Amino acid sequence: MEHLFSLFVRSIFVDNMIFAFFLGMCSYLAVSKNVKTALGLGVAVTFVLLVTVPVDYLLQVYVLSENGIFGIDLTYLAFILFIAVIAGITQLVEMLVERFSPSLYAALGIFLPLIAVNCAIMGASLFMQQRITMDAATSSQAINSVWDSLAYALGSGIGWLLAIVGLAAIREKMAYTDVPKPLQGLGITFITVGLMALAFMCFSGLNL
Amino acid sequence: MSKLFSKENKEVFSSPLNLNNPIAVQVLGICSALAVTSQLMPAIVMGLSVTVITSFSNVIISLIRKTIPNRIRIIIQLVVVAALVTIVSMLLKAFAYDVSVQLSVYVGLIITNCILMGRLEAFAMMNGPWESFLDGMANGLGYAYVLVIVGAVRELLGSGCLAGFQIIPDAVYEMGYMNNGMMTMPAMALILLGCFIWAHRAYNENKEKK
Repeated sequence: MEHLFSLFVRSIFVDNMIFAFFLGMCSYLAVSKNVKTALGLGVAVTFVLLVTVPVDYLLQVYVLSENGIFGIDLTYLAFILFIAVIAGITQLVEMLVERFSPSLYAALGIFLPLIAVNCAIMGASLFMQQRITMDAATSSQAINSVWDSLAYALGSGIGWLLAIVGLAAIREKMAYTDVPKPLQGLGITFITVGLMALAFMCFSGLNL
Repeated sequence: MSKLFSKENKEVFSSPLNLNNPIAVQVLGICSALAVTSQLMPAIVMGLSVTVITSFSNVIISLIRKTIPNRIRIIIQLVVVAALVTIVSMLLKAFAYDVSVQLSVYVGLIITNCILMGRLEAFAMMNGPWESFLDGMANGLGYAYVLVIVGAVRELLGSGCLAGFQIIPDAVYEMGYMNNGMMTMPAMALILLGCFIWAHRAYNENKEKK
């Protein structure tokens, strides 16, 4: 239980997807102009993470690894298998969002199907794959069960959500400021994210 | 031969290098650009891997573009890219093990690099293999040179080295110069890239005015 909690908090603050690993930057920069849309995308990403990471965990342990059902090491198939799972689940989320919130569907536009190629999702699965071999007794990053992978996915998703909503709020205010012309838009956004990452660095000393 | 290097093809090749740079203008593939640039060596390897993968995935998709059903094209593109990335990742593990450990998950993340999907969708689905090859290579190189610049600045200021060799002489350290540890932190990658985009846009704007 304690391990689950520390894994969860760590993945929100210390191993934040955006500020520590730069995962999911493309949609992060493109959809963070408005808080409401950013919130919608954040929730969608969190949901996709919550489903894909445990599924990929089970695939990794029971199909790809040496002790799985085939009895041979198939880890070289991980990239293809993971991306197929992610693409399938994204399709499902897209259909759900279209059915239940057409306005959000219109606002997210092309970025909803692009969750399939969002590095945050693939990255979380690959990090999960690396962390399976760690030992929970020595490292608070270890992922040794489905519950661990769920806690990790939820934490990463919430961390991403926090980051995108924060940036969207700043950018809404920034619309009224006087920024040098070549720096406008992308340039100043990068520098803002850099400063936010600096602020998040203070969590890196967090010892759980 | 003259057809292969016609004016249009030259245009295809040169525009991603500067005016239509994938990172500074199209804003694609930022994730890995930031994460692997704390040193020069991984940045070079990453840039080369992406160049190889964009070129070949562009050629493959462009060769089979007429047989791909429109509805499932994304899955097919992803599978082609994933297969190429698996090959590159194995090659890196075999021939450049240290760098591949440093790059860790970011090699796998080339699959989700937006440059690839963006070029496949926007170019390879509509053009012949040779043009697609040029386009893929130029976009890869445009990406690689930004990575190399950012990687070089961060390593030089962060640890006084370039690709592992010490550049700043010991005498300078004795006079009280210190490495800027901030440069190796993730946050500085973002700020440096922001400054690079600033400079790039300011430069191109001046050129347009003239």
